[in-house]
Amino acid sequence: MSLKVKDINEQTRWQDLHMGLHVYEPATSKTFDTGEWRTNTPVLDMEKCRQCLLCVPYCPDSSIPVKDGKRGEFDLGHCKGCGICVSACPFGAITMKEGK
Amino acid sequence: MAVKERMSGNEAVAYAMKQVNPDVMPAFPITPSTELPQFVANYIANGEMDTEFIPVESEHSAMSAAIGASAAGARTMTATSSAGLALMWEVIYVAASTRVPITMAVVNRALTGPLNINCEHSDSMGARDSGWLQIYAENNQEAYDNFLQAYRIAEHKDVMLPIMICQDGFITSHAVENIELIEDEKVKPFVGEYHPEHFLLNPRESMAVGAYAVSNYCMEAKKAHAEAMKNAKQVILDVAKEFAEISGREYGLFEEYKLEDADYAIVAIGSACGTAKDAIDKLREQGVKAGLLKVRVFRPFPAEEMVEALKNCKSIAIMDRCESYSSQGGPLGAELMAALFRGKSKAEAVNIVYGLSGRDIRVEDVEKIFADLADIAEHGVGNTSTGDVTSNGAGDTYRYLGLRE
Repeated sequence: MSLKVKDINEQTRWQDLHMGLHVYEPATSKTFDTGEWRTNTPVLDMEKCRQCLLCVPYCPDSSIPVKDGKRGEFDLGHCKGCGICVSACPFGAITMKEGK
Repeated sequence: MAVKERMSGNEAVAYAMKQVNPDVMPAFPITPSTELPQFVANYIANGEMDTEFIPVESEHSAMSAAIGASAAGARTMTATSSAGLALMWEVIYVAASTRVPITMAVVNRALTGPLNINCEHSDSMGARDSGWLQIYAENNQEAYDNFLQAYRIAEHKDVMLPIMICQDGFITSHAVENIELIEDEKVKPFVGEYHPEHFLLNPRESMAVGAYAVSNYCMEAKKAHAEAMKNAKQVILDVAKEFAEISGREYGLFEEYKLEDADYAIVAIGSACGTAKDAIDKLREQGVKAGLLKVRVFRPFPAEEMVEALKNCKSIAIMDRCESYSSQGGPLGAELMAALFRGKSKAEAVNIVYGLSGRDIRVEDVEKIFADLADIAEHGVGNTSTGDVTSNGAGDTYRYLGLRE
């Protein structure tokens, strides 16, 4: 009877939302696009990237996916555009561009 | 057999706390509720309770820790008064909207200022719109009984709301009166164990509480909260019925004292009701049809039921031990006046502010209120000339009791 978070949306009736808006499942942030707040966007230059992965632990929003020991493109659905990765990169491989 | 004892209101509630033996108590001392965490700490030190006591650094932290403990799945309690409740302010709303069934013993004391520590209802009345349940007591016995019923109400699946169990500071909390305690063998099965459906420490379910809710969800959550408050009315009555079976003492949403055939009624909260009963007994001997409606449950507000109970009264004095500076009267006055209007009551009603900051209310004061009520019933509020006790003033629906002027 309890709705899954992926099935809750702006049409859900008050009777069907969880009491106190509790969340009863893990990893629900994957369902939500929180990157829409972003005003500036990081851009990765793959030519300069040495795959040192230093940017990954610095990212406060876990928006740098790693697969098989290599980082991929930014997860812009969750990146807030804080620019910490730009400072963390020793090779100048990340720059910020204005806008989304 | 019930155990006959002599106890102050604080001792009585602390004894109830011992019998319920909740899992966690974060608390910070403040007069006049200081004794509650103190007694509990003694019980724990003596091995009579195994509650985890958290000596926090402020009431804001006490309520925050209480929310965490309750969300974790622990039966949780705390206690406070006045400025302590005020310091919890931000977090009491979180407790209610998070739907954690915390029980808080509130020992009512004035909010400063002028700087004062005596009895007034301004602390819990200020929190009346926070989404907590509120139950008030006339004396130590009721404070004890209400605390024992608190968890059954708060933890009911149709309710799941925190609850304030209120008693009058000093007048009730520190005065020693006779009391009948209920044996542990009866209390423990009545209160039962807390088994929440969802809780943070459940290893078989991931859970998050307090997530950010955008505008598209908050109103729906608040509507569900408001419905839970409505549901509480029946739950409170059901729990009271079961409580009567173990105690022999019956409780409703409010108490009607000689109200059935009363022409003139006082509506009040807390210890002043004892004083009012004495005055009513005297007046009844003289043939005056005086009665009392003692508010027990203020949240949820039993509006329709109160209007029904007052339907035969010619005039009503609604008593507030709390100002609201609305220029119209106090909170009980505002809510009951609105209820009387919706119920199409024909009674003349006045709102009397009394007993602020520990000012005494005496039997003679109540007798004079009833004299004013007779005048009001005969001439209408607007044409009354009396006002020596209910001053500020004659002709007005908003009056002060025992004011020097």
